[in-house]
Amino acid sequence: MALERLFRRKRPSGGGRDVPELWTKCEACGAQIYKKEFQENLHVCPKCGHHHRMPAEERVAMLADPGTFQETTRLRPLDPLGFVDTKPYAERLKAYQGETGRPDAILGGTCAIGGVPAVLLVMDYAFAGGSMGSVVGEEIARGAERAAEEGRALVIVAASGGARMQEAALSLMQMAKTVMSLDLLWGKRLPYVSVLTDPTTGGVTASFAALADVIFAEPGALIGFAGPRVIRQTIRQELPEGFQRAEFLLKHGMVDRVTDRRRLKREVVQALRHLHPGVPYAPGV
Amino acid sequence: MPLEFEKPILELERRIQELKETAKATGVDLQAEIRLLEERLAQLKKETYGNLTPWQRVQLARAQGRPTTLDVLEKAFQDFLELHGDRAFADDPAIVGGLAYLEGEKVVVVGHQKGRDTKENLQRNFGMPHPEGYRKAMRLMDLADRFGYPFLTFVDTPGAYPGVSAEERGQAWVIAQSIQRMSRLRVPAVTVILGEGGSGGALAIAVANRVLILENAWYSVISPESCAAILWRDAKEAPKAAEALKLTAKDLLAQKVVDAVIPEPEGGAHKDPDRAIQNLKEALLKTLEELKGLSPEALYQDRYRRFRRLGAYAEP
Ligand SMILES: [Zn+2]
Ligand SMILES: [Zn+2]
Repeated sequence: MALERLFRRKRPSGGGRDVPELWTKCEACGAQIYKKEFQENLHVCPKCGHHHRMPAEERVAMLADPGTFQETTRLRPLDPLGFVDTKPYAERLKAYQGETGRPDAILGGTCAIGGVPAVLLVMDYAFAGGSMGSVVGEEIARGAERAAEEGRALVIVAASGGARMQEAALSLMQMAKTVMSLDLLWGKRLPYVSVLTDPTTGGVTASFAALADVIFAEPGALIGFAGPRVIRQTIRQELPEGFQRAEFLLKHGMVDRVTDRRRLKREVVQALRHLHPGVPYAPGV
Repeated sequence: MPLEFEKPILELERRIQELKETAKATGVDLQAEIRLLEERLAQLKKETYGNLTPWQRVQLARAQGRPTTLDVLEKAFQDFLELHGDRAFADDPAIVGGLAYLEGEKVVVVGHQKGRDTKENLQRNFGMPHPEGYRKAMRLMDLADRFGYPFLTFVDTPGAYPGVSAEERGQAWVIAQSIQRMSRLRVPAVTVILGEGGSGGALAIAVANRVLILENAWYSVISPESCAAILWRDAKEAPKAAEALKLTAKDLLAQKVVDAVIPEPEGGAHKDPDRAIQNLKEALLKTLEELKGLSPEALYQDRYRRFRRLGAYAEP
């Protein structure tokens, strides 16, 4: 129900073009893919397996059991510092809100995932690069609190360039706030699973995203602390092939599994069912 | 090296000195001229140091001769015993820590360490830690908890090291873990931002019950140069970014990101380090006194609440 409403809000209002593009092109191999097939394949290229970025609504639809998602995220951002660079932050916020139909860079709510009651939070890279400001931090803290209160698991899908610069120190403080809120889950033995998608960097990786009980990463996703551009500037040389990609992180022991998006729900459900003390033994569910 | 905005002051000081020497050498009475220039100097200092821009403060925060963590540990504390290593990979010279007494009370201390000259700065990686530095910090947090001693940290870093070696060893992961470990302390934790508080690399050891800041230090999510490079596409716009980031002690106090500001001598802590360290020590003692009497659980809850309320958003 809630999902249908979200989709409707996002659909572009009927413009001049009558026939929308039926085809899309893979960013990696250039293959022409029928759009419907591309979407059904969860934005993974059927030819080369490249994982493209995915709209937050489709993430929710992919992970939540049908008809169970109830949106809870609704806080609105402020401009506490009156930040102006080449454009006022307040104007940037309006533009992002217009483009995404969302108040800030996170979509979340309660749902069931493979029958396990959960709080599901999905970051939206399309909104200010998924950056974490006060709203994202507060929604994550409230999500963890709600999960603890209601005995739900916490599942966070991360996609973020890092902290929201225009909220400066206040955005930095969200790293501490989100990390601390996870303690409520610890106290109640509730599972927390994070999924790191392309890209997950900066203050998001370096806070709640890195502290899950089980960490999944999507194939090829860029994941790290500093961005590759900054590192290139620091060391003044080219970066090794595959550096900071999901597979690199698996090799270095930072994530539990690199999982193809088409198997992701199954594996997330497995992890949740294994961990959640309220879920009985049920092999192969 | 004099800071650009201080040059008129230094020039005037030099002229006064010259006049004094001339008077001494020639016996000519220059008292009136000297007094006049000294009045002008006092006025100029008041105007300059009383109206520092955020960017000027950032420069003071980086000034050579500004007290580093080791300076503070040597002068404000007694019997500092440095402990090394993360018990896993290496000892990171960009983070120092160990055991000390503060006015007779046992404490565990950790801080970023910049070099006091170029050579030491290279050895200390300009105060930019690798994962092993944060693991050393976490080891010392364990120690503080185990013995119930207050845990004190000193922040002075441009940021955690952004390089291949740090990424390979999980920079993001250890910063997250260090934030978590520090937030879970059951002892009083106090942080002092000494100079630069650069992003997650600073916060990793700044999840304290009380966060104090020296008057000219800065603390933010990104350095003004990097912010300018991204938002203005030109690092030279750093003064504008410093303004926009609201990163000065006074701004941070208004945002409740810090709890108190420690005054510095006129012209910055490097002009009179002993005085600055004395001010710091008094502030630390006062803050520890405030936290005395809180139970281990109350200390944890106090820290949780302190960070839980930070942020600005609107309910729908
Ligand atoms: Zn392809
Ligand atoms: Zn792609």
